[in-house]
This record gives sequence, structure tokens and C-alpha cells, in this order.
Amino acid sequence: MARLLASAEHVTVRFGGLVAVNDASVPVPEGRIVGLIGPNGAGKTTLFATIAGFQRPNAGRILFGGEDITRLAPHRRAALGIARTFQIVQPFAGLTVRENIAVGAHLRHAGRAEALAAAEAVADRVGLAPLLNLPAAALTVAGRKRLELARALATEPRLLLLDEVLAGLNPSEVRDMIPVIRAIRDGGVTVLMIEHVMQAVMALAEEIHVLAEGRIIARGTPEAVARDPAVIEAYLGHGAAAHAAGGQHA
Amino acid sequence: MPLSPDILIQAVANGLLTGAIYALIALGLTLIYGVLHIINFAHGALLTAALFAAFFADRTLGIDPWASVFLLAPAFFALGYLLQRLVIWPASRGEDRAILLVTLGLAVIVENGLLFQFRSDTRTIDHPFGFDVVELGTMLLATTRVVAFCAALAVAAGLGLFLALTDTGRAIRAVAKERLGAELSGVDVPHIYAVTFGLGTACLAVAACLLLPSFYVTPQVGNAFVLVAFTIVVLGGMGSVPGALAGGLFIGVVESLSGLMYGETLGQLGIFLIFILVLLVRPQGLFGAKA
Amino acid sequence: MTSRFTPVLVVLAALALLPLFVTSNVALNFLKVALMLALAGTGWNLLGGYGGQFSFGHAVFFGTGAYAAAVLQVRFGINAWAAFAAGTALGGALGLAIGWLTFRAGLRGSYFALVTLAFAEVARIIASVWPLTGAGSGILIPLKVGFATLQFASRAEGYWFVLALLGLAMLLVRAIEGRRFGAQLVAVRENEDAAKALGVDVLAVKLRAITLSGAITASAGAFYAQTFLYLDAGIAYGPWISVEALLTAIVGGIGTVWGPLIGALVLQALSELGKHLGGDAPGLGLVLFGAVLILVVRFAPHGIVGLARSLRPRRLARG
Repeated sequence: MARLLASAEHVTVRFGGLVAVNDASVPVPEGRIVGLIGPNGAGKTTLFATIAGFQRPNAGRILFGGEDITRLAPHRRAALGIARTFQIVQPFAGLTVRENIAVGAHLRHAGRAEALAAAEAVADRVGLAPLLNLPAAALTVAGRKRLELARALATEPRLLLLDEVLAGLNPSEVRDMIPVIRAIRDGGVTVLMIEHVMQAVMALAEEIHVLAEGRIIARGTPEAVARDPAVIEAYLGHGAAAHAAGGQHA
Repeated sequence: MPLSPDILIQAVANGLLTGAIYALIALGLTLIYGVLHIINFAHGALLTAALFAAFFADRTLGIDPWASVFLLAPAFFALGYLLQRLVIWPASRGEDRAILLVTLGLAVIVENGLLFQFRSDTRTIDHPFGFDVVELGTMLLATTRVVAFCAALAVAAGLGLFLALTDTGRAIRAVAKERLGAELSGVDVPHIYAVTFGLGTACLAVAACLLLPSFYVTPQVGNAFVLVAFTIVVLGGMGSVPGALAGGLFIGVVESLSGLMYGETLGQLGIFLIFILVLLVRPQGLFGAKA
Repeated sequence: MTSRFTPVLVVLAALALLPLFVTSNVALNFLKVALMLALAGTGWNLLGGYGGQFSFGHAVFFGTGAYAAAVLQVRFGINAWAAFAAGTALGGALGLAIGWLTFRAGLRGSYFALVTLAFAEVARIIASVWPLTGAGSGILIPLKVGFATLQFASRAEGYWFVLALLGLAMLLVRAIEGRRFGAQLVAVRENEDAAKALGVDVLAVKLRAITLSGAITASAGAFYAQTFLYLDAGIAYGPWISVEALLTAIVGGIGTVWGPLIGALVLQALSELGKHLGGDAPGLGLVLFGAVLILVVRFAPHGIVGLARSLRPRRLARG
């Protein structure tokens, strides 16, 4: 059983009267790819935000490397080794691809030349090398997603939070990204990913947590989760589980 | 400092009277913010322009501001509509930073245009009711200001009804709440934006006509009023119509009382300081960090 | 590294040689004022152009630099050079203070612009009633030409002094462009949240920018005091300098090192033209500037530098 790199423990987030995340705990073992799935509005991005530091939880805590980082600002978490991508991509539109990635690289490299060189190396890993001189605004959706990824990678993280990095990509683009993500994990980075693209999550994740209406309703291997009646109900509605069980084999 | 209750009550009453006009100016500002999400830096200059317009209507055409308001309000509505439609929107393409600069540019043009044309002399008009007072208990209140108070509240109420009951009003509220949804439902958003801006400037025209009988006109006076209006809007909540009303009356009273206790000269400085304080202290969550 | 500074140094050298060929007082005055405005604009540009935080009240720094230089000399008998340095430093300190208050409160965009406007007006009102700054009558620096009093014997000397200041400021900006601070500053401009997620300490970056910005613009104010020897609240803290500081950067090319210089020269030329056509009436110049602002935002949002770049054929390989 791998050691835990990070974990969200009993996290609750309230917005006024609405409970977005309800006593959710997500342990993240080191060196794994962990998936966080659930129907829309389940609170996944909010949970992410508490881990990344953009949202203060009303209850619970975030641990990283054994330390309680619940009150730590986002830029300090990045320095510790937590990087994130955004669900709605946020490129530095006025800068080139290289300059975008270099901002991330500057976290670890003070000198401009070193940061730019590191940026080029990262761009290579995610397949953005031919586009380094383009302004970020000129990229396609797939390109921007890769840029998000590259920028986060440039900070040399230990934990990478991917928020629907495959959303908006066509099936062949998704197929191209899967080995990239796997390579990142193979390079020693722990990955926690929110994803809706089921084929990708099932293929990549070693364990999956399912969030519905703010609560964790299931966790386990991809196969176990796919068969879990509670999960099927959460996605397809009441009675769907029974219907599915009455029909086919898994 | 011992002050007789009569003087205090009088100060409060005067504060309420002025406050209603502040509220009307703030109303225009908050409406524009609530719907277009822009802070109209030109608001002060436009108020000054309205004051000059009302002044010259009185001086050269002999039309009393209480009558010229029926001309000036539609005229300034049209002006605001055209400014938004033909200048602000095309020049800024909706980008926040560009909008900032364009409304600043408008403010500079209008204010300095008035300065160039009319120099900085102070002007006042002689109003038939200029020296009349209304007796209310022990209080003596200037008639012009009482009329202004009632009219301002009436206009505010009218605006509220317009927003609540008419189709255009509903469209305005829809765009304010959820622009994309409104657009998809077929609302002509650029038109609604321009209508809202026009309503905001029309409020200024009404405020100007109500102010003129008891106030003076210089190229800088609009800014003084509008700064108070900005403070009110931020206090009452950007985009909140009741907030602008309540805030206006409140600030009017505060200003009157502090004027009583500290004198006029510190007044303007105090307003600026309160304004800065309000901006710094107001929690981010309630109005967001960026307009 | 040296290649980055060479174009700036070349232009500065060329400008330095100018008084050898141009001797008319009118021309030198024109250039002096233009360079002073370019200096003020360079300060604004660092915070607004590179950092994306638009200040509508940069007069607060200009006036503080000016009054500090004047007051220290006139009321406290301090040496002119020391007073000049103190004025510049005070501008930086004021920047830090204002930045600390406003950025920690999370003010951005229009709110930041509004609050800077308010700060400038507060300063103006205080200066107009405070005896230390001469209240309504203003403050006069006694005429005493000489090196020790930082008062220039000839127009060329004044020109060279402000050119030196501008040169330093432009080289500083150039240096920042090539360093981590510069990269982080523009990242903050483009997208604060993304910058935060990448480890940028957004508050620290903004504070550094506004401190430098305040100091640079304050030095322009101190130069004004030394050149014109008279200040009042409306001159030191008036909206005119807030508008001109931002306008030079926007017209010339926001977020570029050349922008403020080019913008200042163009705007001064426009201003002179306006005076020729419309006389010296107050307000006309600013009306023109307001119109220029709107036109630039509409048709050339990246200013003159931006227009020049868009005309050049796109180079695909960049170092």
C-alpha cells in the first residue's frame, strides 16, 4: 500500500445555504493516478479548489507530505509541489506558448534563460514543441489544454491536479493525451484527475472516488466503481441501477 | 458640543432632502453598473453637462428647470443611448480595460469641453421659489429642496415600476442577471445596454434640474456629487437599486451632520476618505474584486 | 544580455547629441517637457502596462515628488540633490503604502482605478489647505542657478538631466523585461489566478511594481519642481498629470519600453498644435487628449508601437 502524498480529510464547503462538498475525504497515494468522478454539479471542482488553495473549506483539512496546508495560499502550495490545471483554460493570452510555460518554470529557475530552456523541455514532453513561438491566443482547444498541462508541469510538481483536462477534445485528441498523462505519472508525479470522459478515466486511473451531491458515494478500482449500483443511480437516476442489473452482465 | 435637538433635527431633515438627490444620481450609476457591469467614469462630467444645460435653458430660454426637466430628461436619455451605442461599445468591444479608458476619455472631454466653453465662473439662477421655505413643526426647509426631495423619490419609484412592470424593464433585469441567457432568449443586448445607459443619464438630467434652484454650477461640481454617489453605490451594493436609495438618504444625513459639526472645508476631504475606506474595507465577497 | 539594452542606449545617445544641433529655446523646452512626461508615463506604464493595474491617480506620486523636493529645500533648507532623491524615495514609499492598502483589499480593475483617483484628490485637497505646502498660494523655490541647487544654467543642461532620468528608468524597465520579476508581472496582468496556481506571489509582485512606479513618476515631479520652480495643488496633484501619464503610455504603446517616450513626443506635438489653433484657453488641450484616448482605444489599442509592429512582416523565429 503506497504512502499517502496528499489527502483531503472530511472537507465540507458551504456557499450560503448550499452545501457544495459534504464531509468528503479523498486520500491520494503517492505515485498513483487517482480519478474523481461524478455527475455535474457534484462538487468536484470545489473539492479540487480546496486542495489547490483557491477555496477555504468550512470544515476539514488538507494534508500534503504529512503537513496540514489547509490555510496555505495557492502560490505557496505551488512552491511545495502542488500544481493544477483549470477546467476553463486560463492561458496568458498575450504571451507566447514558450513564455506561458516559462512562468511556471520560473518557480524553480530564477534566471530567464534557464526558465525558457526548461519551458522548451516541458513543451517537448507534451508535444507543444512546434508551437512554442505562437501566441497562446492562437491555439486550438486541444493546444490550450496541453498548454495548461505544460505550465503546470513546468513547476515540477509532486502532485498534479487535472480538472477535466480532456473536456472538449475529440476522441482522437483524447487518445493522444492518455499516454502523455501516463508518462507524467511514470515520471514520478502523482496525479489526481477530475474527468467526465469515462474511457480515459477507466484506462488511466488506478483508483476512483465518486462524488455525488457533495458526498463520496463510492471508491475503488475502476471496474468495481463501474458496477456499483449507487454510482449508476447517481449518473442515470433513480431505478437505473435495478434496470441495469436486470439487463446485462458487467 | 451641545447642540439643541431642534438644530439636529433640522440637520437630519436637510440631510434627507439632499440625500434623495444623491440617491437619484447613485441610482443612475448603480443601474449602469448592474446591467453593463461598468463603472461609469463619465457620470460626474455628464451631471455637470446636465447642470449647464438646465442653467442655459433658464438663463437664455427662460425655462424654469422644473419645466425644462421634461425636455432635458429625454434629451439626456438620447445622449446616453447614443454615447453607449456609438462610442463606448464600439470603442471598447466589451473589454474591461478598454471600457475604463473610454469612459475616462469621455469624462475628460465633457468636463474640459465645458471648462473651455464656459470658463470656471460660478453660476447660479434666480428661482421664483428660491427663497421660500416650508414649515414643518419647528423646522424651516427650503421649498426648492422639499420639492426636489419629493420629485426625486417619485422618479426613483417610477424607475422601479418601469423595471418591474414593462417589457423593457424586464429585459433590462434579465440582462443584468444573466446576459447570455437573455441574449439566447432573443433580447437585443446592445440595445438594452444603450437604454440602460440612457436611463442613467436621464436620472442625471432630472437630478440636475432638481439641484439647480438651490445650487451653483461650475465645471467641477458634477464630480463632487458623483463622488458621493460612488460612495453610496459601493456602500449600498453595486447594482442594487434599494441600496442606492437607502445609501443616498443615509449619506445625505451623515454629510449634513458632519457639516454641522466640522464645517464645509473638511467636508469634501471627509467624503473622499470615507470613499477610500469603504472601498478598502468592504469585503471582497459582497461585490467582487473587479468590476 | 547586452543586446537587449543596445537599442535603448543607441536612442539615448542620439537624444543626448540633439542639443548640439538643436539650439532653439522653444525646441529644447518642448523636448524637456516631453521627456518629463515620458518619465512620468514610464512609471505609469510599469504598473499599468506591464502589470495591468490601471491607475487613474498617478498624480499622487508626481505631486509628492514635486512637493517633497520643494518643501525640503524651501522649508528645511535641505540640499537640492538630497531633496530630489528624497522626493523620489518618498514616491516609492507612497506607492508601497497605497499598494499595500489597495492590493491587500483585493481591489482590481475599475475599483483600483477609482481608489487611485480618490487618493490623488485627497492629496490635492490636503495640499491646497496645508500651510507646509503653501496652501492656496503654492510654493516657490528661490531662483539660484547652479549645480548645488540643481537649477540649470541652460536649457540643454535641464534637458540632459531629465534625459538621464528617463534613460535610467527605461533601462530599468528593459532589465525587468528580461528577468523573472518581469515575467511574473505580465503573468499577473494576463491572469492572476493562473499566475497564483503557478507559484507567483501576486501581492508581492504588485507591491514591487507600484513601488518602482511611484518612485519613477515622483522623480518626474521632482524634476518639474526644479525646472519650473513653482508648484500649487492643482499643478502637482491635478488630473492633468494623471491623464497625461497614462495617455503617453497608451498612445505610444502600452506595455512597451518605447511607448511612453513616443507617446509623450506625439502628445506634446499635438498639444502645441492645439495651442496654435485654439489659443491658450484652459481645457482645450485636455479635450483633445480625451478624444485621442478614445480613438486610440478604438483603432490602435497597442498604440504606435503596436501599429509599427503589425506593419512589420511577422518573423517566425525569435530568440
